Parts: sequence; C-alpha cells; structure tokens
Amino acid sequence: MSERQLVTLTVNGVEHELLVEPRRTLVDALRHDLRLTGTHVGCEHGVCGACTVLVDGLPARACLMFAVQAEGREISTVESLSPDGRLNDLQQSFVDHHGLQCGFCTPGMLMLAEGLLAERPAAGREEIREVVAANLCRCTGYQSIVDAVEACARARCPQEERS
Amino acid sequence: MKPAPFDYRRARSVADALGLLAELGGEAKVIAGGQSLMPMMAFRLARPSHLVDIGGLGELRGLWVDDDGLHIGALTTHHQVETCTDPAVLAGWPVLPASMSWIGHLPIRTLGTVGGSVAHGDALAEWCLLTTLLDAVLVAEGADGRREIPVADFFLGFFTTALLPDELLVEVRFPAPAPHAALTEYAERHGDYAIVSAAVSLDLVDGSLRGGRIALGGVADAPVRVPEAEALLTAGTTHPDELGGVFAAAADAAAAAVDPGDDQHGSADYRRSLVRTLVQRAGVQASVAARAVDDDRPAAVPAGARRRP
Amino acid sequence: MPQGADTDQPDAGHRAPSFGSTGRYVGAAVPRREDPRLVTGRGRFLDDIAVPGMLHAQFVRSTIAHARLLEVDLTAVRALPGVVAAYSAADLALGDITALLDRPLEEFVPTPMPVLSGAPQADGSLGKVRFVGEPLAIVVAADPYLVEDALELARVRYEALPAITSAEGAMAQGAALVHDEAPGNVLVDVSMFATEGIDEVFSDAHTVVEVRSSTGRQNALPLETRGALAEWDERAGQLVLDTCTQVPHQVRTVTAGCLGLAERQVRVRVPDMGGGFGIKCVVGREEIAVAAAAQRLRRPVKWIEDRKDALTASFLAREQQYVARAAFDREGHVLALDADVVCDMGAYSCYPFTAAIEPLMASGEMPSVYRVPAYRVRGRSITSNKAPTAPYRGVSRPQYVMVMERLMERAARVLDLDPVEVRRRNVITTFPYTGVNHITYDPGSYLESLDLAEQTVRDEGWYDVQAAARAEGRFVGIGYSCFSERTGYGSGAFAKRRMKVVPGFDISEIRMDLSGTVTVTTGTQSHGQGHETTMAQIVADKLKLDVADVRVEQGDTDRVLYGWGSFASRSAVIGGSAVGAAAGKLEVKLRELAAHLLGTRPEVLELRDGGVRPIPHAGDGVPPEGLSFTQLADVAYLKSHLLAKETDPGLSAVASFDVAGDGTFSNATHACVVELDPGTGGTRILRYVCVEDCGVAINPPIVEGQARGGIAQGIAGALFEQVSYDANGEPSCASFLDYKVPTAWETPDVLIKHLETPCLFTETGAKGAGEGGTIGAPAAVLNAVNDALRPTGVELDDTPIRPEVVHRSLQVTRSAAHGSAA
Repeated sequence: MSERQLVTLTVNGVEHELLVEPRRTLVDALRHDLRLTGTHVGCEHGVCGACTVLVDGLPARACLMFAVQAEGREISTVESLSPDGRLNDLQQSFVDHHGLQCGFCTPGMLMLAEGLLAERPAAGREEIREVVAANLCRCTGYQSIVDAVEACARARCPQEERS
Repeated sequence: MKPAPFDYRRARSVADALGLLAELGGEAKVIAGGQSLMPMMAFRLARPSHLVDIGGLGELRGLWVDDDGLHIGALTTHHQVETCTDPAVLAGWPVLPASMSWIGHLPIRTLGTVGGSVAHGDALAEWCLLTTLLDAVLVAEGADGRREIPVADFFLGFFTTALLPDELLVEVRFPAPAPHAALTEYAERHGDYAIVSAAVSLDLVDGSLRGGRIALGGVADAPVRVPEAEALLTAGTTHPDELGGVFAAAADAAAAAVDPGDDQHGSADYRRSLVRTLVQRAGVQASVAARAVDDDRPAAVPAGARRRP
Repeated sequence: MPQGADTDQPDAGHRAPSFGSTGRYVGAAVPRREDPRLVTGRGRFLDDIAVPGMLHAQFVRSTIAHARLLEVDLTAVRALPGVVAAYSAADLALGDITALLDRPLEEFVPTPMPVLSGAPQADGSLGKVRFVGEPLAIVVAADPYLVEDALELARVRYEALPAITSAEGAMAQGAALVHDEAPGNVLVDVSMFATEGIDEVFSDAHTVVEVRSSTGRQNALPLETRGALAEWDERAGQLVLDTCTQVPHQVRTVTAGCLGLAERQVRVRVPDMGGGFGIKCVVGREEIAVAAAAQRLRRPVKWIEDRKDALTASFLAREQQYVARAAFDREGHVLALDADVVCDMGAYSCYPFTAAIEPLMASGEMPSVYRVPAYRVRGRSITSNKAPTAPYRGVSRPQYVMVMERLMERAARVLDLDPVEVRRRNVITTFPYTGVNHITYDPGSYLESLDLAEQTVRDEGWYDVQAAARAEGRFVGIGYSCFSERTGYGSGAFAKRRMKVVPGFDISEIRMDLSGTVTVTTGTQSHGQGHETTMAQIVADKLKLDVADVRVEQGDTDRVLYGWGSFASRSAVIGGSAVGAAAGKLEVKLRELAAHLLGTRPEVLELRDGGVRPIPHAGDGVPPEGLSFTQLADVAYLKSHLLAKETDPGLSAVASFDVAGDGTFSNATHACVVELDPGTGGTRILRYVCVEDCGVAINPPIVEGQARGGIAQGIAGALFEQVSYDANGEPSCASFLDYKVPTAWETPDVLIKHLETPCLFTETGAKGAGEGGTIGAPAAVLNAVNDALRPTGVELDDTPIRPEVVHRSLQVTRSAAHGSAA
C-alpha cells in the first residue's frame, strides 16, 4: 500500500474531500467512497465504457483516471441527470425506445450521449452510432440505444436548427 | 485488475516535473492522459514506483501555427485536435483533425494526449504514424534545456523512443504543411488498434504529382517509411485515372518492401495485402482531399464521421 | 394459420400495442417497471451492495493449463498486512460440485469439480490443475486493491503435463488424459438415433452433400461479471449469499451440499443482474468458496470477478465440430441426415447440466424445421485443458442450424436449385408433426416465415442490388436461415435426456394484501429481460387489476417457494403460466369468498374493476357493486369470523406449471445481405431481416429487444468473437482488445416482422423468445458470405469468419474455381 493522499473531488456540483491511495481509480472513488453506484465497472481497462462519466463536460472513462488526477475537474455522473427524481428527456427516451435491458451499460451510455449531444446537438444517426460504438452493450443490439439518442437529439435540436 | 501501488507526485511546472524525474530516477513514469498507461497498470504489465502527473501543465496544451510550422503542445488532447477550428491548421494540416476519429473512441480522445501517444511509442498509434509521415520534430526538455529530435531518430523499436528517462516531451512540431494527406487503417472492429495502418502525403505542384511520403504501421516494431514506394509517386497530372495507376504501383512496391511478422491478428501475407489495399486507399483519399482543397470544397472525410470500411 | 402483424417499424418506442392482445396488458407495450431505477443509476447490482465490515476476496489461480500440483504456499500471502485470511483447498475441505446424468459410464463420465483445486488426495498428492485460471486459493483482505497485491505473493509449484487444447489433440492416440477416468478424453458419447436402412438411403440417393463445420469458443459475456457477497447471519442461523445467478435455488443446493449445511441454513438472494445469457445458469466454484470464507470468518466477504478472469477463467461455450452428410433426391427433397458432433466442453462438467448438454441438444434436435425421414447421429463431448463451458444462449442450436442451413444451400448449389426453394420443399407444414427424432412439433409458421422473409428481401430490391454489384465485380451476398427453437423445456423433456437433476416445472405463490394489491413470486430469474413487468402483466389481466398493483418477487430462496430460474427460454412459457395459474386459483378464492358474503353462487360473479362483481344479467339480485378487493381482504384478514367454516383466513394461493409433452417451438427465418471488401476481407452487413413467431408476445418491445439482442450475439459469433488458446493452453484473450465484442458500428439495425401462431397450452399463448435471435444469425451471415463468394467458387463452413480467410478466398479467380470444381 502506498501513502494516502487528500483529494478534493467536485462531483455533480458538490465538493468532497477524500483520503485515497493514489492508485484508486476515479470510478472506485465514485462508487465506493462517495457511494455513487450509478456509474458501473465493466472492464477496468477502458474498452467497455460502463464507467463513462463527464469530465469537464466531455465523456471520459472513469476507470482510466486516478481519483487524484481528477482534482480540480468537474465530474458528472448519471446521478446528476435527474436530481429531483424526474427522468430527464434522454433518460425518458431510453425508456420509451426500450434502450436498455439489463441496464448495466445504461449509465455509461447516457453520459456518453449527454457528452455527444452537448458538443454536437445536431448529430445525425450515423454520427450517433459512431459515438455509441464507444461503449459495449450485450443486450440490445444497440439499435434501440441509437433510436433513443437520436429521438432525444431531434427533440432537443429541431430540424430547422440543424445545419 | 487493480494497479500495483505507487507514489504520486503532481508537477506544478515543466521545471518541477523535470526536477521530480531527476529526483525519483528511472522507476518513475510520467502520466499525462493515461489512456495507454492505465490499462497496462490495470493488468500490472506496467508497475511504476512513482507517477509524475503532468496533466495540470496548461502551458503544454494547445495548437498554433507560425513560421516554424504547426506546434502541438504535448498535453493537447486528441479531441482538441479533432475539433480544432483554426483555419491555419485546417489549411495546412487537415489530415490531423481528420485522422483523430481513428484513435480509439471519443471518451479516450478526450483524455488521451498527443505527446503521451508519441512518447508511448506504440507502432500502431496514429500519432506515431503521422509524425513519421510528416517528418515531425519532437521537442524534448531536460535539465539542460530543450532539444529537437527529428522523427527519423525518435522511434527506436518496440515501445522504445529516443526520449531519455529524465526528459519530458513538451511539443510535437510539424515543420511543413501537408495539405494533401490521408491516413487510413484496418481493424476488425471499430476503434481497435489497426492490424495495418497507412498514411500518404502527396506533393502536388501545378496539377502534377511531384513526390510524396508513405508511412506504415503494423508491419514492424515502429512506424516505417517506404522510400521504394515513395519513389513511384510521380505523375504529370492529378487525373484520378492516372493517379489510380500510380497509387496501385506504389502500393505494390510498399507491399513488396515490408517484412511484417505473423501474429494472432494477421499473418505476414495478410498484412502485406493490407498494405497494398491501404496505401492505395490512402493515396486516393489524399488526392481527393487535394482536389477538394483545390476546389475549395470540404474535405471528403470530415472529422468525427469515419466512413464504414 | 398464423396471423400477420404490422409491427415492422424499427422504432418500437411509440407504438401502440398492435398484436396478440388477449387482455388489457398482455400484448401491450407496457413500460418496463425496471427502467426508472436503471436509467437513474438507482439499480442495485451486486457490486453496489456494501455492508459494514465487508472484506474483499480474489483467487489464486493456476497459471498452467495442465499440471500436477506440487505445492500451494500461502505463507507470504498471509503475512501481508491487511490480509485477513487465505484458504487453500486443504484449509476449507469442501465437497465437490458434481453434475450427473442417469447414463452408463460408456455414455457419460462424471467429472467432479472441486471448489478449489489442490485438495490432498488419497495418495497424498494435491491432484491436478486442468486449465489456466482454475481457482487454487481464496484470499480475503480489507481492501480490493490490497487483495490483488496479496495474490502476487502466493507460491505455487507445478509439474507440467502436456496440454490438451483441441478436439483432435484430445482424441489422438496416446494423448494425455485430462481426467484419468475418461479414456480418450471423451466425457460423453451418445448415439441417439440410427434409422434402419439409412446407409442404403445414402447409397441410393441422387445427391449427397457434406458439410464439415467448426465453431469458435465463445464467451457469453454479460457486461456485469460474476460475483458474490456472503455473510453469516447469526440471528437467522443462515448463510446469506447474494450472487448474480440465473438459478438461485440450484446455487442454494450446491452451496449447502459443499458446506455441509441444510438447505434451510442457506439463503440465496439475487440483486439486479447485468445480463447472464447462460453463463450464470450454472453453479460456479467461486461463489461457494466465498460462502465458505464468510462462514469461517463470520464476516461479510465480497468477490467481484474482474474482466480478465471473466474472459479466461469463467465458463465459456460453443466450440463444436460437425461432420454432416445429407442425402437428397433430384428435386431437392432431403432423404437422410447423418451427423457426427464433437463438443469441446473444457475441463469439467457444469452443474446441473453436465458436459452432455451440447451433444444431447444437437443430437435430439438437429433435423430442425425439415422433414427428415432418416437420421443417424453420434454426439460426443471431449474434455480439454480449457475453461469449462456453460449452456450459452442457444445451446448447440446456433451450430446445428448453421450446419443444416449449409446443407440446404449446398444441395441447392449442386442441384442448381434456388436455396429458398429447396427449403420450401422440405420444411414442416402440417402440425403437430412428429419427427424422426421422436419429438412432436406444435404448430408454427415455418413456411410462412420463409416466404415473408424472402418476399421482404425481394421487395426491398436486394436481389437487384446484388445483380448490379456482381456486374461491377463487387461481392454482395444474400443468405437465409430457417429454424425453430424448442422453448420452455418441461421436466419431461429433461427427463428424456436422462438428467439426474431434472429441471422443468415452476411454482408461484400469490398473495393479496389488505390494500387489495398482490405480490406474486416466480421461480424464474430475470437477468435483464423485464420479468417484473411481463409477469405483472399476466397477473393483472387475470385478476383485472391495474398492473401497478402487482408486485413480482423473484431471486430470494427464502421468499420464493422453489424455482428452476431462467434459461432455455422458459420464463414466459413456464414461469408465466405458473404465475397465471396462481392468479387463477386466487381468482376462484375471491369469487368463492364474495359469493359466501353476498349469499350467492361463485358462478354468477366475475372479477372486474378491482373487485368481484355480478356478471351482468346473471347476477340474480346481487348488489351490482359486489365487493371490492379491499372489502374482501378486510374480511379475509381482519374479520375472519365471517368466513365460511371450511375457508382458511387470508388471500393466497400456490400453483405450479409444467410442460406436458415436448413443449412449444418458436420459429423464425432470418435474411442477411452482406458485402465483402476484397481489399481487407471485411464483411459488412447491408441489411438484416428477421421474421419471427413466438406466439403471443406478452410485451412486444421486450420481444423485439430479445430478437435484436440475440441477433447481435449471433453476428458476434459469426464474425468476431473467439477465445483461442496457444499450444500450451494459455488463453489469448485476456482483454477486450483481443475478445472482440462487436460495437454499435458493426451491429446492423434489424427489421423485425412478426407472425403469431399462439401456443396452445401456455397461459398467454406465448412461446419463448429469449434465444431465437442468437440461433438464427450465424447461419444467415455465413450463408450470405458464401453467396457473396459465389463467383470465386469458394465455400466457407466455419465461424467465426475471419477477414483474412475471406480475403484469401477472394483471391481465387473465377476460372480457377471452375477448374477445381470440374
């Protein structure tokens, strides 16, 4: 074991002080120290994307960042999407389009899609598919996930606002 | 799959980072975006005793063009390059933003850095191929100041570079514009490391092809140039039919010149075939991009919208 | 006759319920009640659970595929500060996990699987390790990082033996034996059918075609890995084991057996599950070891399998080889089928299914949807030094369907007939149909699905696309697969296979509470399929309740009477019928109670609008409002003195369901259009069409989700995924970089068309829907690739289809192909 370090994490707008080993990954800190268990762990080597969160507004793998590296950065997890318990439009779209089965990949997919739509609100279906390809889902065959993200994108950015 | 223990030091400046590297010795490793290092640590294939985190060094982040070419700070993320809107970058080096979509996936590109990728020295990494293709200069800083390393002297072999243990890669510089270039690769699955990758840059002057460069990944321990094939990149016109023949000949020459190995991802013969296919395709894409530039139309392969193979 | 349904919109989200409506909820797109918690991150998966004082476990595993164990030294492990315990097999002395068949040794050799390998044997040795990743010791520490540091300190000494890494190697003369009890490394050798005179049929036939096919070893790969959290509950006198399993009661039985406890002393609970696909329908060794550690330490112990272990040391699947011949007459009618099936089941039999599950499935059902008059089959399982296998989604059917569909295509090619037409001439069209394999097939839409699939491909213009592409020298192919899938195997079907542990029935308990709402238990176990929703739909219809007033309870061996869990597409068929039957019993109870209180006969009452009301025009003077459920519950629980003498207080009922006979067959035809890239050998799917018939769809979007997800896994097996081993038995896929799960980029959108031939004996008319997609896809993809390769004359019969192999095949010129075919 190596010496623990004090780190301040800003997660979903709230600052937390944590004493962690440097080797503790961000996702383990989120899940097991802050008990934000919505973010999942699927591979711990950056491929499956179940742990995808937003770091400074951009999607990133929480298993490929040490908690100590996250100091000073703004972390958003799936828990940020419905602070009052009501589903946001993207979450509702996943429900409406049967964009999940077991739900294990879903928080990562949601944060990936939020990151995409924030940056490219007018993204088309193929562009969405290309980004969804960043994360693995074993249940749905992806079609309903792409449907869900696409429908949400269209609602957020109507046709006339698309370039 | 938890990393072995290490001590963590956060660098406050380049000088601080160099001081830490000198203090901690060869067991220390620099971490930037960590997108290559962390998976290796998760499998405990890498187990540095110390990590020096340079992620906070804002001065190493950004792209700018001046008389010496295009400078990319080592901590610039792939995503920053991909979304770069600087007209000087887009006019001189459109291949760089266009190639970013080949690097892993969006959530990897948001944290992964240009300098980290080059310093990691993976023969299949896109930045290693692009720096090789475009005769980049790698700027390293050590206790004695900065030194510039031509890319030809930088990649020494399997995950091995000319960077010294107490040096920091601070900048990647592309001295000359390369408006007519393209990178393409083949992997079985989207976002994977390529089995073979190929990049081509064309020198087009007054409507004729006066030479060019070809770089390949996946055929040796480090990215390679293929002078035998580059020598064939001449043509009196930029007509697609004639260029197609030129690229086919260059592709054959490239395939003949390389001596790839066998592994579970592909036999030597298959890799040679992929070299032939990809050099030809990269050549065509580079020339299409060239015509698009000439016609003042958008490039054929926009960033973030990779075409299906 | 099946009824067509207009539900082929790929966007399932905003669709009104459109087919199969047998009630208010069954047949409707009822939103899944699982979803709100799962999309907000409030699900509760195993690793989300934390209890005070919890310790973390991982396993010291074999690094050698086949070896005699000389020593497992944990001294340094135990000395590391923070390590709480490290137990070897000798320390725990647990029973083995032994799966048995009721068959003689010539047909089946049992292979007891120790919880931890390395227990001292009678001769004083420590026995053997049989695959890389085999657990040798469990290490428990205060921290999940530290426990991995501790694993590195274990000192294990081996005496290496030659590794068996292929079926050929296993059966070779003088091959090393994985289990000394299994000569020739054969665990199962069953010749189930041999029609008299079949050799003459072959020798007299107009045409005989042969297919030699192999399929790669796959990982079912739920995104959530396996795991367990065990704690000894002093107050209950129970070991409480939280684990992500498809079969909680079977885990209880094995855990109790290995630990020497009575069943009442073990409680297995299942949290939300991140997929299973069959890999979690067998009992693993690790969860037992975790339970044993928790029992000893009297502290909660958690184990979460990491991805490296999930890829290498978990249960795998699918690796089979076929040599199959089929005889045809001049018109393309199949006359006989002869198949030799060899399955590489790895190091041990899995519990409860055994290493026989794959060859028995293939042997029993290979004739598929075709009228095969004569049939001979030999099915074998061999053991090898690879991770053991579990019954992954489809179980042998993806492989034998692929082989059958290759035989059909090859016959068509030889006879110069259209491949769809050859199928058309052979599919079963009159039902019930009893096949040469002694199975009776209930009504299905085999021909109709085939016709509709072909018509769809034709109408969409893909044959024109293909013709145009061929004219340009491009390689576009169209492939089909037509198949059926037995769903909901009852105890009769499993007994026929002569399993010692015979799954089949399901039993449900239903309780109405004072609020007039109900809780129903099911012994099936959702691992992503939405049973909390579909089971509630069935009960709500039966009791005329709002679906929100039905709670479904599953995954707790203390609360659920008994259950066989979820596998083999049994949940809707058997579990759904059991909850329906329990609700039916409660309905009778409610009517009897109301009749007693209203002074009338139950026959004139019906359930309506949350109560028991008189049937209009039959209610002979009964007050029209009847009695609400809350009024009835009030009497049943709080005023039991008002009940009839013979009536028990309370409102609950128990009912079970089993499948009589051979069960029910879902069916489908898949069509796939591909284009091959001659430059890389890559296969791109241009179009995928699925015409499926699973009877009444209880919840259509869920059924479509099962089909699409299944197809994605089938395509994965056809084109991408393979666990390979080197000559030393070292697995080459320890990461997701090497085990290539397809992404959204490789997975096509799927057009689904529905036919509906209701099942005649299930509660809802539903047939199973869980596996069909996976079963049909490999054949459709492989046939499409072969159709694309047609100008070259090359035919491929193995999966996964490697780009390198396609690339090489495309180098074959048309003239060369003609030369070799002559």
